[in-house]
Amino acid sequence: MHVPDGFLSAGVSVATGVASAGGIGYSLMRAKESLSDRLAPMAGLVAAFVFAVQMLNFPVAAGTSGHLLGGALACIMVGPWAGTIAVAIVLVVQALLFADGGLTALGTNILLIAIIPGWSGLAIFFGIRKFLPAGRGSVVSASFVAALLSVVIAAFAFVLLYAIGGSGNAPVSTVLAAMLSVHFLVGIGEGLITAMTVGAVVAVRPDLVYGALDLMPELQLGSDVAVGRS
Amino acid sequence: MTATRRGLAAIVIGGLIVALGLAFLVSPLASSSPDGLERVATDEGFIDTAEDHDLADSPLADYGVDGMEDESLSTGLAGIVGVAITFGLALLLFGIFHARRPKADGAPQTRASATAG
Repeated sequence: MHVPDGFLSAGVSVATGVASAGGIGYSLMRAKESLSDRLAPMAGLVAAFVFAVQMLNFPVAAGTSGHLLGGALACIMVGPWAGTIAVAIVLVVQALLFADGGLTALGTNILLIAIIPGWSGLAIFFGIRKFLPAGRGSVVSASFVAALLSVVIAAFAFVLLYAIGGSGNAPVSTVLAAMLSVHFLVGIGEGLITAMTVGAVVAVRPDLVYGALDLMPELQLGSDVAVGRS
Repeated sequence: MTATRRGLAAIVIGGLIVALGLAFLVSPLASSSPDGLERVATDEGFIDTAEDHDLADSPLADYGVDGMEDESLSTGLAGIVGVAITFGLALLLFGIFHARRPKADGAPQTRASATAG
């Protein structure tokens, strides 16, 4: 999903740059308010984990691969603000050190890989959880669906940008159909990885998963004092 | 709690070991086929609008260590460096935040988890 330089017009890149800067600025502000002792190392871990798993391209169809975006995973794990920043750090490292994702496209990539799938994924996650009984199984199922849809939404967002200022000549409708169908398949992988990861942490420490904090009300009260103590 | 309760440090260290293991051992096995966007761009004829990356000649470009012949090792080492730098940067940034927050001097930080939603 990393957009290279050139795919989108300079105007679109500037606009997504401004939007991303706004989103990250707001996240920084909010993360400062909500950062607890345990959230800093968890956010670091989430960033490192997303970087590693983004390297693992899995085949989705003949001659096509996909990899984790991680926005939904990060936001379910550490909340929308720290989660967005964690994935943005991954994208900056990738663009500056690994020549992955264009430099002028960095704003576009932060929007498409961190902010949009992160925030939409978390909203879907909580939306689904409303209809499910409280429990670890529900957290895992909601993670799967939310992560899957977050990739489809990100693909849709790319097509929107393409429609506004794509350099290609292909009609928007065919690009839309192609992007949504391939990213539905990528989304299944995203959903599986997200559900497995959230499930693994929820199994041992549900209090460390932002999206599962409500499962441990008695622990949450004193969590900042008692964390890591037992 | 049903399972044994593990400390935060154990979770973070365990998670980092998993991340490093994936980056070093599994990433060389990853599919090298074009990803979804590249596939669509190729099929729809706009892959050529992509410009070369400005830093395409950097020592870790495309997740490989420049000049290293063993491809698996090259990818794996690039992965380890990436995981370490990403973790370090994130910890630094979030650590600065944390240090800058007004200290409540041992008082329970009710804001932290109560308003996180």
